[in-house]
Amino acid sequence: MSALTFTLKTRPAQRVDMSPLVCQHLQGMEPAEIAAIGLQSGKCKLRVDELFNISGFDTQTIVIKNSFEKLDFIGKELDGGSIMVEGDAGAYLAMGMKSGEIKISGNAGLYAGCEMKKGYLEVSGNVGDFLGGALPGNKMGMKGGLILVKGNAGERVGDHLRRGTILIEGNAGDYCGSRMTAGTIAVMGQTGRYLGYAMRRGTLLLWNAPILSASFNDCGTHTLAFLPMLFKAFASLNSKFADSAAAFNRVQRYAGDMAEMGRGEILVKK
Amino acid sequence: MIINGVTIDATFAEAFSMKATRAIITAQNEKWAMIAAGAMTGFATSVIACGCEAGIERTLTPEETPDGRPGVAVMIFAMGGKGLAKQLETRAGQCVLTSPTSALFAGIDSDTKIPLGKNLRYFGDGFQIAKVIAGKRYWRVPVMDGEFLTEATTGQVSAVGGGNFLVLAESQPQALAACEAAIEEMRKIPNVIMPFPGGVVRSGSKVGSKYKTLNASTNDAFCPTLKGATKTDLSPEIESVMEIVIDGLTKEDIDKAMRVGIQAVCDLGAANGIKRISAGNYGGKLGPFHFHLQEIMA
Repeated sequence: MSALTFTLKTRPAQRVDMSPLVCQHLQGMEPAEIAAIGLQSGKCKLRVDELFNISGFDTQTIVIKNSFEKLDFIGKELDGGSIMVEGDAGAYLAMGMKSGEIKISGNAGLYAGCEMKKGYLEVSGNVGDFLGGALPGNKMGMKGGLILVKGNAGERVGDHLRRGTILIEGNAGDYCGSRMTAGTIAVMGQTGRYLGYAMRRGTLLLWNAPILSASFNDCGTHTLAFLPMLFKAFASLNSKFADSAAAFNRVQRYAGDMAEMGRGEILVKK
Repeated sequence: MIINGVTIDATFAEAFSMKATRAIITAQNEKWAMIAAGAMTGFATSVIACGCEAGIERTLTPEETPDGRPGVAVMIFAMGGKGLAKQLETRAGQCVLTSPTSALFAGIDSDTKIPLGKNLRYFGDGFQIAKVIAGKRYWRVPVMDGEFLTEATTGQVSAVGGGNFLVLAESQPQALAACEAAIEEMRKIPNVIMPFPGGVVRSGSKVGSKYKTLNASTNDAFCPTLKGATKTDLSPEIESVMEIVIDGLTKEDIDKAMRVGIQAVCDLGAANGIKRISAGNYGGKLGPFHFHLQEIMA
């Protein structure tokens, strides 16, 4: 069965809430019913077929073509199935995702993977701020799953991260890992200022020496047994993280943020 | 039935339902993995007084272990799930956590999970770190040689304990040599352990005793020095009897182990002083698993 494909016809002036177009909502629906779904765009509700040409039938495999940066909430609370986005995505991509897989060929906006619970999100381009973070006012960000960003990430990556893994092949902005309570963030490129700001627990894994705040203390150089296992878990990814040459187990360990609980760690490749 | 001059008795071994688990111990090298495994499976010959029966199943190559280091698979058997969990935890805590460079991982998957490092983490006094890798939860416990890495849980499965056979020989050295040959072959069979020292027990027991406080005592019918003093099962030429006890994940696993073990003994044959193979049972009334020797060797 061919993938259910939504090809954007025109770019609307207002942002579009794409949250109804997830696999579990569309399961069992006839093409006509899917076409009639209303998508909030500014003050209006637009029918799906007003915005998209629809083809294919497999509601568990969704493709969004010609996507652009105003399509928000793609894959919101996705619970099984897969969504492939060709182009860019707006804010809140994969927000609260429960399971399944979302891949995007372009860039994603703010709050990508925010409060994600499980599943896999892959962004081939860059992402905005608060990747895998918590929504404003909330205390828990991403709680599980894996996010892979092949480009760069904005500020506040993994803000309030609770569990799960964020992999960034490029650079991460300021406040990366801020207020983390657990989980793992790995950054192959450069990191910005205030790395691990107020982190309580969790691991920041870096390939390049960061600018460290005074509230992180050097714990020395160590060979850690869990790192080979962590890298082995990335071996199946279509990513630089899967390259065995990128793996290491010898690190400089910094504990912090001592201004907070201080049980977090920054591990820097030696 | 006679194989190479060795009589296979028309009897059976009687075995019981047990709960079992497997753990994988790794270390910097096989020597230290084996030291930790030896410690963890020490004092675990019989549930009669040890609380569990444990043994080393086999060594593992770095390719077979979760962390890519040399390892050893150990199996622990107990009469119930609670007892198994307690034994696993105390042995892991006292023998593996303490052993230099060691790491500890689950060795068997099951819907029923029992704590492996889940509670050992508290040794970290708040500095322990959890990591979920590929859907499995691990604990990194800071210790003086670095970090003790352990998986949080391992699986618990139903198993069979108490498979056995007796080697009756004309002399003690011949009985031991036959048992050594059997153990060497039996250790190649997966999913089984032979929990007694070196896999061999020289003090097989019967149920009960003349002393009320004891629930097991020497199997006098197979004691060669009592041939004239008790209702013996031994013919005059038998001078030594040794037993091999087998615990396995399934009846079929024990079947296989008994077959290769008995065959190894029979290969030595009457020419090397081996006269009979027998087995221990309780009349078939206590254990649900019966291993008929002649059926196994047919």
